[in-house]
Amino acid sequence: MSLAVTDRSAPYWLTAPGLLVFLGLVIVPLGMTALLSFYDWGQYKGIVPAFTLKNWAEIATDSYFFEVFLRTFRIAILVTLATILIGVPEAYILNRMSPGWRSVCMLVVIGPLLVSVVARTLGWALLLGSTGLVNQGLMALGLIGTPLEFMFTETGVVIALTHVLVPFMILSVWASLQRLDPQIENAAMSLGAGWLTIWRRVILPQIVPGVLSGSIIVFALAASAFASPAIIGGRRLKVAATLAYDEFLNTLNWPLGAAVATLLLVALVAIIVGSNRLIERRYAQVFE
Amino acid sequence: MSHLVLEALGKSYGAVVAVEGLDLAVERGEFVSLLGPSGCGKTTTLQMIAGFVPLDRGRILLDGGDLAAVAPNRRGLGIVFQSYALFPHMTVAENIAFGLEMRGVGRAEREKRTLEAMALVGLKGFAERYPRRMSGGQQQRVALARALVIKPALLLLDEPLSNLDAKLREEMQGELRQIQRSVGTTTILVTHDQHEAMALSDRIVLMNQGRVEQIGAPDAVYGRPSSAFVANFLGKTNMLKGSGDGAGRVLIDGFAIALPGAGPGPVALAVRPERLVLAAPGAPGFGGRIAGRVFQGSYWLLTIESAAGPLTVMRGNDGTAVPAEGEAVSLSFAPGDAALLADGGAS
Repeated sequence: MSLAVTDRSAPYWLTAPGLLVFLGLVIVPLGMTALLSFYDWGQYKGIVPAFTLKNWAEIATDSYFFEVFLRTFRIAILVTLATILIGVPEAYILNRMSPGWRSVCMLVVIGPLLVSVVARTLGWALLLGSTGLVNQGLMALGLIGTPLEFMFTETGVVIALTHVLVPFMILSVWASLQRLDPQIENAAMSLGAGWLTIWRRVILPQIVPGVLSGSIIVFALAASAFASPAIIGGRRLKVAATLAYDEFLNTLNWPLGAAVATLLLVALVAIIVGSNRLIERRYAQVFE
Repeated sequence: MSHLVLEALGKSYGAVVAVEGLDLAVERGEFVSLLGPSGCGKTTTLQMIAGFVPLDRGRILLDGGDLAAVAPNRRGLGIVFQSYALFPHMTVAENIAFGLEMRGVGRAEREKRTLEAMALVGLKGFAERYPRRMSGGQQQRVALARALVIKPALLLLDEPLSNLDAKLREEMQGELRQIQRSVGTTTILVTHDQHEAMALSDRIVLMNQGRVEQIGAPDAVYGRPSSAFVANFLGKTNMLKGSGDGAGRVLIDGFAIALPGAGPGPVALAVRPERLVLAAPGAPGFGGRIAGRVFQGSYWLLTIESAAGPLTVMRGNDGTAVPAEGEAVSLSFAPGDAALLADGGAS
C-alpha cells in the first residue's frame, strides 16, 4: 500500500492533537488545582501564593470534613449496591429478550442519560417532596401517617443517583452476559441444577467482572456527583463535590476547596485502582 | 419395550412445522444418529428429549415412563453441546463433579468417580486445568466426561465434533464409539455430517423438513436409499432413468435388470458410483462414452455420458488400464446394487 507508514514518528504526530487537548484541558487544570491547595487564604487578604499545609491540616483535623467524606462514600456505596440489585436482574432479563423488544427496552434503560441532569433531578424533587407524588400516594393508601423525609436526606440522594447510574451497571453486566455461552444454562440444567443453583453457581461467577467494573463506574460517578446531591441534598446535606463547590463559590476559599477536590480525586483513584487490581487477580480465569 | 420411544412427536414454531410425526424406538445401548441438513428438525428433536423445548404433539417414553412430564433438570440425561458449554470459571475436575454435586454425592465418592471419568476420556492429570487453557479436543473430552459421570440414562450429543478440525474429528469419532461401547449408554447423536453418522451409529435416522425419510443401519440406508433425497444426501449417487416392463424388470437402453416391485412406465434407480461396472463395448450392459477422468490416487473418478443420463463411476486403481476420454464403454450393475426410488427421482 502506498500509504504504508514508514515514518516511525507518525503515530506521535497523529495522537498529538488528542494528547494536547487532554493535557491542556485535564492534566494542567488538575495540576493547578493540586498546587492551589497549598496556597494560603484569608478573609481579607484573599488567595496568597505562598506554600502552606494549612488547608490540608484543616481537613485532617476538623471532623466536619471527615463527616462529609464519610457521607460521600456511604452514599456512593449504597448507590452501588442499589444499582447491582436493580441492574443485574434487569440486564439478565434484557439479555433474554427478543432482539426487537430488547432495543426498545435498551432505549428505556438509557433514557435517563438523555435527560439533562438538572431537569431529571428536579423531577425527582417533585416526586419526593413532602407534598410530592410519592408521599401523597403512600398517605392516600394509608401506609404512612406523616410524609416521609426524602428531600434533604441521604435516602433521597441515593434514590436519585441510583436512577441516573443504573444504566451504567446494566450496560456493563449486559456486556459480560453476552460473553456467556448460550447453552451454559441448559448444560447446568441437564446436570441437575435448579434455576437458583444455576444463577448462584454458573451465571453469577461469570458475570462478576461485569458487576465489578460496573460498580467501579457507578461508585466513581456517585462519589463525585454534584447536581443530584446539590438539589436533593441541598445546603444541609453536603457531600465532597458540593462542599468543594461551596468553598470555591460561596466562601471564596479557593485553596481549601482545591484541597477537598484533590482529596476526593486521590481517594477515588486509590479506591478504583486498588479494587481493579483485586478483581483482576481474583477473577483471572474469567477475564481472559 | 424399547428403552426410548418417540411417538408421533411434533413441534411447530408458529406456522413453521419443525418436527412432524416422528416415530422412533431406540434399544438399550444403541447408538442412533439423527442426520439431516440444517433445519430438518434434528436439533429440535434432541432438545425435546432433553426438555429444553416443550413438545407440541406426541409422547416421549423412557423405559415406559413419560419423559415429557419430568422437569429438564430431573431427567438425568447426559448432554454434550456443540459449543461444549463448559463452566469457564471451574476447573476440569469441578466441571465434571458438578453433576455429582447436584445429586448430593459425597466428597470421597465424587472425587473417585470424577477421576474415573477423566481416565475414561483420557484426561488424567488435567484436574486443575481451566477449560480455556485447553484445546478444542480436550474441552470436548471434558464435556463428554461431565455428561457420562452422572451415569445418564441417555447420552445426547449435539453436533459434538463439528468444532474440531478434520483429523481430530476422525480420531475422536473412533474414541467416542469405543467409549460409548464400553459404558453401554444409549446414545443419540445429532449431526449434519454423513460420514460421522455412518462411522458412529448402529442406526441412522435420516430427516428432512421435519419428517423422517428413512431409518436403518448405515450400510442399509447407504445401499438401499428409499428416496432421491436420501440417495443424494448420503454419499454420491447416480440417478438412472429406465422404464419398467410391468413384469418386474427394468430396461435401460436394451439392458434388462430384474427389479421386483418396479411398476410399468418410467422408473428411477439409484446406483452408487463404486457399484457401476465398466466393460468393453459389446459386453452385456448399456452404452456410454467417457467424458472425463480424474485420478484420485486409490481410485479413478470417471464421468460418463450414457443412455441413462450422465453418470459418475468410481473405478478402483487395480493396476489395469483405464479407458481414456472419448472411448466407448458398456456399463452394467448387479440387481442388488440398484435401489428403486419411491419418489421416482423427484427432488
